[in-house]
Amino acid sequence: MSTGPIQQLLPHRVLLALMLSLLAVTAPHVLHLPPWLSTVLLVCGGWRYLAGSRGWRLPNRWLLLLLTVIGAAGVIAHYGTFIGRDAGVAMLCLMLGLKLLEMRTRRDTVVVLYLGYFLIVTQFLYSQNLLMAAWLLLTVWALTALLITVNRATTPDNWFPHAGPAATLLAQALPLMLVLFVLFPRIPGPLWGMPEDEARGVTGLSDSMTMGSISELSQSDAVAFRVEFDDEPPPPALRYWRGPVLPEYDGRTWRQAERPDDAPPATERLGGEVGYSVTLEPHNRNWIFALDLPVQISIPVSVSGEYALERRSAVRERIRYDVRSALNYRLDPMLRDADPENYLRVPDDHHPRTRALVDDWVSSIDDEEALVNQALNHFREQPFEYTLRPPRLDGDTVDQFLFDSQRGFCEHFAGAFAVMMRMADIPARVVTGYLGGEINPTGNYMIVRQSDAHAWVELWHEGQGWQRVDPTAWVSPDRIDLGLGGAVPEGDNPPALSRRTPSWGRTLALQWDALNAYWDRWVLAYGPDMQRRLMDRLGLGDWQRMILVLTGLMLLSLALLAVLILWRRPARPPDPVQQDWLRFCKRMADAGLPRGVSEGPRDYADRLIRERPDLAAQIDAIARLYLHLRYTERGSTQQAQALRTQIARFRPRTQRTQT
Amino acid sequence: MPFIKPRLASSASTPVHQLMRRADEVILGKQHAIQQAVACLLARGHLLIEDLPGVGKTTLAHLLARLFGLQFQRIQFTSDLLPADIIGATIYDRNAGSFHFHPGPVFAQLVLADEVNRATPKTQSALLEAMEERQVTVEGDTRPLPEPFFVVATQNPGSQIGTFPLPESQLDRFLMRIQLGYPDRAAEHELLRGVDRRDILRDMQPMMAQEDLLALQRQVDHVHVADAVVDYVQALMDYTRSSEQFHSGLSPRAGLALLRAARAWALLEGRDAVLPEDIQQVFVSVSCHRLHAVGGTPGQHEPRLATQVLDNVPVP
Repeated sequence: MSTGPIQQLLPHRVLLALMLSLLAVTAPHVLHLPPWLSTVLLVCGGWRYLAGSRGWRLPNRWLLLLLTVIGAAGVIAHYGTFIGRDAGVAMLCLMLGLKLLEMRTRRDTVVVLYLGYFLIVTQFLYSQNLLMAAWLLLTVWALTALLITVNRATTPDNWFPHAGPAATLLAQALPLMLVLFVLFPRIPGPLWGMPEDEARGVTGLSDSMTMGSISELSQSDAVAFRVEFDDEPPPPALRYWRGPVLPEYDGRTWRQAERPDDAPPATERLGGEVGYSVTLEPHNRNWIFALDLPVQISIPVSVSGEYALERRSAVRERIRYDVRSALNYRLDPMLRDADPENYLRVPDDHHPRTRALVDDWVSSIDDEEALVNQALNHFREQPFEYTLRPPRLDGDTVDQFLFDSQRGFCEHFAGAFAVMMRMADIPARVVTGYLGGEINPTGNYMIVRQSDAHAWVELWHEGQGWQRVDPTAWVSPDRIDLGLGGAVPEGDNPPALSRRTPSWGRTLALQWDALNAYWDRWVLAYGPDMQRRLMDRLGLGDWQRMILVLTGLMLLSLALLAVLILWRRPARPPDPVQQDWLRFCKRMADAGLPRGVSEGPRDYADRLIRERPDLAAQIDAIARLYLHLRYTERGSTQQAQALRTQIARFRPRTQRTQT
Repeated sequence: MPFIKPRLASSASTPVHQLMRRADEVILGKQHAIQQAVACLLARGHLLIEDLPGVGKTTLAHLLARLFGLQFQRIQFTSDLLPADIIGATIYDRNAGSFHFHPGPVFAQLVLADEVNRATPKTQSALLEAMEERQVTVEGDTRPLPEPFFVVATQNPGSQIGTFPLPESQLDRFLMRIQLGYPDRAAEHELLRGVDRRDILRDMQPMMAQEDLLALQRQVDHVHVADAVVDYVQALMDYTRSSEQFHSGLSPRAGLALLRAARAWALLEGRDAVLPEDIQQVFVSVSCHRLHAVGGTPGQHEPRLATQVLDNVPVP
């Protein structure tokens, strides 16, 4: 079979390794590339592979030009631009595929590999989790091994021997990576920060609540935030993580109040304080979650009139903050600014059946507390059921829920209860957030998941302020003690990680979460704030000085390296053949026949054969190979391999005892 | 017994090996010296034999000329020898009415310069310049010397009275300096009992065509020198340069000479690549006369010290 230059460029094994590595590099991108582009990539790779292994023809220059134009037009048609994360990555992938089709020389191969490196970096624009980092590290390793293979002066016949040096190279790059990681100026917000890119694929609470909105969220195992308590965590009944507060009701939906500049209400701490740190996952909203009721927090936040904590900008990267909360508190006892009417509003033409029921209660009971208990007892006495799969409610949701379906999730109970209270002239509002949290024994921190999302009600009493009432707890006390998984009926299929039954899969998942938490805390959380704090502590205030230090460190390490190299001055990197030979000499020395300092290899082998005729054949073969490899110009890598294996198998001592 | 399968075994029947065996039969017990002399010839170098009178220096030179079929000239150096006696002179030819160049004895393929240290430095340098340039210039005319051109100079040890030791710069022109030494007892016994060497020489037939010799010389250039060997040569040179036992170390020219000699030696061993052992075999002969030991008369300590260099420098 005649082989063209294309086939000779890379031996089959190396070509295969290259294609598989590039597949590994691009595979995670397939999740967000348009399918046609993934197909184009696969076809290009396959074509180039067959060109290398079967001698297929590569496209000529004009066809390539045409393909480039069509591909670029396709990207434009799909994204409408070349700019931005998604379009940019798509363009890069397209270019990689097309470059493969013109990979004819060693230089092209190197360009392809560099493109591969670049694509690896772009993965971090999508995901920065531990698994992805590990995967990408593997691909970097593979590409580096291939880069070494391709750059060898002789024809590369296999990439495998270069995996070791590639790992060494990566290990050597580690200190530099750490220095850059710590010192390189951090830019606030995610890289490539395009507004439309950020909001995607993040789950979390919304700024309004209708019946059914939170139960959707409950299907998600995703972590909302993690908490490390300074001391013991509070009991389950007090693990209410306060989020957005929804006082506005239009008959169907509860919303946040549109009173942006309200001063925070007065609070009184009544003891039972806990301190803890929260690592909040990005959720693209401004809310900051903390245990009822936060009194001190380490990051700048604004406190709304409803006592909801908000950051000035949306949480788009993982943040960490320290909080102190008072478990016993009095919130806004005077209802200072707002008219209590704001918390009594229910549209007149809604919920007639509920209104009739409440009116009935009000006519017979005049004590506020008794009214509240009456409403709560109503939930308990009637056959209400707490379920993840409430029926859809199309008409008057509150009436339907209270009188017909009687099956609901927390938002049903909270919403209906708040409506009833308002009808009974008791100021009420809905508070959303999370209830509970699971202690991870590995790492000893608490995980709060999206499935822990919850809604409850706050009622205002003159002199006592806003007090939390959770109607769900009356219906299903297990929701508090056992979490979602323990509270919903058998057939409801709560998300796997919300079930509290122990299993090895669960343990593993928790350990994995602990590992991720460390990763988040020590690697990903190192953002602009942390960097600034560290730099302040090191006395390197501004980024100009940081750059100076960085440059200085770089120059210093280069100078050190140069001195080291000049000092050691190895004429060439140590010859692997020679290293094998020295190993052989060491074995013989261990067997009592060391090589003289000035003894040439042939003389030494002659002497060894005279001394150890039992090993003559082996020594002869090894010495011949060595002399051939080291002193003639005809040595091949196969022979070097043969020498290595022969020496590896050479055991002078055991040999003697056998014979 | 060599185990590296040589392309030409030591018992090989190539002309050059047969030739060396034949030489061994004439000059008994001097295989190593003969092989070095042949290597020197193959490497296109010149040979200096330094030893006492009567150990066979002249015989060796004559023998080589005979066996290689080279045109042979012998110049006996004396204190009154003039440069013209070596390179020739332009003499007025009365019959032709013009000047005519009469080539001197240096116009031969193998020139034996016997007792070269007996002549004055001026005469010595005339020969040495011819050796280096491989041509002579007489009154403006440049005349090439024949090819191959091989000078074997013999020298009595410098300590003898009435000699002009060759200056170090001139010694450099010789690729090798060898010593013959007394034959061992058995060889001497045979020598004393045997036929007169001069008779043997007279009857000896060439064993090799000149083209073959030239081809061998060209082959030497193609013997491979690996980086590892160069490293070794450099290590040896570094050692002589940093050692306090020598006034000065080996020059780069000495390093080149060492490699050239080792190439020829490797070829004679039947290999097309130089091993460190080849360097070791020729090191003393090539480097000895280029080194200048501290203390002692020139030539007194150098051979011993050169051997020490070999012992102390590790083979990489």
